[in-house]
Amino acid sequence: MAMTGGYSTGIRSWLTTVDHKRIAIMYFVVGFVFLLIAGVEGQLIRLQLAAPERSFLDPDLYNQLFTMHGTTMVFFAGMPLVVAFFNFVVPLQIGARDVAFPRLNAFSFWVFLFGGLFLYSSVPLRVMPDGGWFAYMPLTNPEYSPGPGIDFYVLALLISGVGSIAGGLNFLVTILNMRAPGMTFMRMPLFTWMALIVSALILLAFPPFTVGLIFMLFDRSFGTHFFDAAAGADPVLWQHLFWVFGHPEVYILILPAFGIVSDVIPTFSRKILFGYPVVVFSGVLIAFLGFGVWVHHMFSVGLGPVVNAVFGGATMLIAIPTGIKIFNWIATMWGGRLRFRTAMLFAAGLVATFTIGGLSGVMHSSPPADLQQTDTYFVVAHFHYVLIGGTVFGLFCGFYYWFPKATGRMLHEGLGKAHFWLSFLALNVTFFPMHFSGLLGMPRRTYTYAEGLGLDVFNLISTIGAFIFTLSFVPLVWNLWRTWRRGEAAGHNPWDASTLEWTMASPPPHYNFAEIPVVDRRDPLWHPYIEPESRGEGDEPGGAVPRRQPEEPPAPVVMPNPSYWPLVLAVGMLLMTIGGLGSLGLTLFGLLVTAVGLFAWAFEPAFGDEAH
Amino acid sequence: MLFLGVLISQGCGGEYPQSALHPSSDSATILDRLFDQIFWWAVGVFVVVEGILVYVFVRFRERPGDTRPKQVHGHLLLEVGWTLAPALILVAIAIPTIRAIFIIDRSTPDPEALVVEVIGKQWWWEFRYPELGIVTANEAHVPLGRTVDLRLRSADVLHSFWIPRLAGKRDLVPGIENQLWFRPDSVGVYHGQCAEFCGTAHALMGMRLIVDEPDDFERWVRANAAPASTPGDAEARAGQGVFMANACVSCHAVRGTQATGQFGPDLTHFGSRLTIASGVLENTPANLARWLDSTQHVKPGNLMPEVELSDAQVRQLVAYLGSLR
Repeated sequence: MAMTGGYSTGIRSWLTTVDHKRIAIMYFVVGFVFLLIAGVEGQLIRLQLAAPERSFLDPDLYNQLFTMHGTTMVFFAGMPLVVAFFNFVVPLQIGARDVAFPRLNAFSFWVFLFGGLFLYSSVPLRVMPDGGWFAYMPLTNPEYSPGPGIDFYVLALLISGVGSIAGGLNFLVTILNMRAPGMTFMRMPLFTWMALIVSALILLAFPPFTVGLIFMLFDRSFGTHFFDAAAGADPVLWQHLFWVFGHPEVYILILPAFGIVSDVIPTFSRKILFGYPVVVFSGVLIAFLGFGVWVHHMFSVGLGPVVNAVFGGATMLIAIPTGIKIFNWIATMWGGRLRFRTAMLFAAGLVATFTIGGLSGVMHSSPPADLQQTDTYFVVAHFHYVLIGGTVFGLFCGFYYWFPKATGRMLHEGLGKAHFWLSFLALNVTFFPMHFSGLLGMPRRTYTYAEGLGLDVFNLISTIGAFIFTLSFVPLVWNLWRTWRRGEAAGHNPWDASTLEWTMASPPPHYNFAEIPVVDRRDPLWHPYIEPESRGEGDEPGGAVPRRQPEEPPAPVVMPNPSYWPLVLAVGMLLMTIGGLGSLGLTLFGLLVTAVGLFAWAFEPAFGDEAH
Repeated sequence: MLFLGVLISQGCGGEYPQSALHPSSDSATILDRLFDQIFWWAVGVFVVVEGILVYVFVRFRERPGDTRPKQVHGHLLLEVGWTLAPALILVAIAIPTIRAIFIIDRSTPDPEALVVEVIGKQWWWEFRYPELGIVTANEAHVPLGRTVDLRLRSADVLHSFWIPRLAGKRDLVPGIENQLWFRPDSVGVYHGQCAEFCGTAHALMGMRLIVDEPDDFERWVRANAAPASTPGDAEARAGQGVFMANACVSCHAVRGTQATGQFGPDLTHFGSRLTIASGVLENTPANLARWLDSTQHVKPGNLMPEVELSDAQVRQLVAYLGSLR
């Protein structure tokens, strides 16, 4: 099997690549490694809590571990895995040869990677941040957190945030401008739709967080008082800045998963998506409402009855579009021919378990009820059902679905199913008991709990579940190893799916489409099976086959040049970041490298000669 | 699991002293009833959705010889239906929610309420009774049948006051005074702890709220408003000497003596308290000796410096602190 697909190989080709599929693979591998690391951190947390008053971890180490677990999962596992799918799938689904700004894409990856490496350099130095992924002021100001731990958090998220914002911009422009002729908005596959929405979310949600981080950096490094109550400021400002980002961030992580299953369920039901426009607009609505609910993370702050009532009501509203999606997925499967391949199992698992997380979410959308639930294990149960049952299951669903397209090889179905059932079991065994431990009085972020509170059994069950989780990665890794050695060839369209990415070879050639296709309908590959809803524009047969006059020669393929400069720019920013720990000289040197990279980038020709 | 949940909520609160499902005040009861309502709506939706899902998974599984199914673009009435149905359920949840918010999130209307100031500190609680002249730590007594009106402040970082059986959480925010009120409906010892991450010993920032019969409360007030008694026996007197001659006095106050430190808990009536180190240990002479011997071992991270004491001095201090009733 030719894995090179017309690529040059070697380390240098990866360092300079601007190809969206290669960048996707790098995002995926790095994100997966961070997922494993953060998983180990979670496993250590569960070991400490297996029984009351254990001393496996000391409190400071425990606090560092839950901080690293949360920060890593959100920023260095969840986000890059989402972006990996954006990178691989979006250009193929819209009929483009690459993203709008290929070098910016490479730059996004490198600063993300450097942000993660920088954060984890705090581990060997034994100065991991310990303020939680939310880093509430004033606990994180130098008076209460004098070491460099919080600085690692602030600087790592600042630098990787630059990559996220650039990525959001890139995919927004890509989807708006690079669609193949005829690919109207209402013909886009659902995953591309959700990628478009999420790109807008990233672009709007990260700036307030960045502002907050810069305030925090200034408070910590230069003695300003943005969050200092003693100087007349309000520490609650940090909470607003954090959650006005933090809540949309949840949708940044969940909507791509919704997009993935909205493509996968129709494929494995052999039935087009039920209520396509409704599913699209419910996604838009979730994203829009997502900016108006952040105070539901702050109901116990004491902001007053009017504020709590308004934000509680807004939060409840989100249940409506979310429910609509679930009902439309069910209606898609209704009357279908369900093939439970691994990808479909994960999609079905998402619908089943995300529902549980959604319902517990409705429980704490009610501010008075939330006053008992917030900051307890009930909330830990809730968001793990959402983020594992939703995001992780959705990402695994996409992984099993697009793996043959990305590598040209089929994963083993039996091992895939073992992976699904173990993770499904693990999710429920680990997190369902936490509903009880929370309501029975166990706060979050506590390294131990007293005997005699009635929490012992629930915690022990949760810890057993965490072991099952660890176990669930065995069939996955085995599957990857097996497929690496001898996987069956995938062919163009192994699942009989309906969207453009399945028209080309697996793995796709680096220019994707030899000729840009012309699209005249949704689900172009299924056109023989679909009765048009109504006779109108674009209903003539033909589908997505490239249509050009036979005598016309194919247009030349022009691909972007590989480039070192995105990497140089990212290295410059990394140096500035390291300098942020206290070396002005290094910061200035990093600034110089950044400036050189930027200028060289600007004057380098973006596109090369004709490739084929 | 659901069955287990129902069992828990039927069970006695004694086995779950920090449970939000066993309310013992007007305020906590409002929250619990509201939760119950939402819970049963959620159970209903859960059963319907998961039931349909399982049916679909079984009924529409692909069988050999199946042909491609009929393609359906959508159905307007169904879409309207499953938009309106959740909306109606949410209205049913929103109405009692808003009613509860405007009770819980406002100051207590009871003019007879007992005001208690709560100051959160890393990692213990100070309770002050401005009308009664009492200052105590980690344990507060209140009378049955009277509304308790808490004024919450923080001396350092964010904390959150949470005694699940009596009230929902309320944060202690630097620079702001928050309020929380409840009227307990039965006598007992209620467990609580800090619910907002506040640093190293956050997990060990516990507290007790003791609801007394009114007569018992009066007795407690009389005893606790008084300055510390002079110890009777020799060992305790020796312990007083150790206390006054060491660093103890720079952080701890014992009213009626020259110990007037403000940084640590007021110890004037330490001997009458149930626990040591904000709920970590039961207050027994053996535990107190253990605490004085190595505070960092009992409560890692706590801000009390280790003071070098001989075994005899520890014994004497234990006798002295135990005599402060």
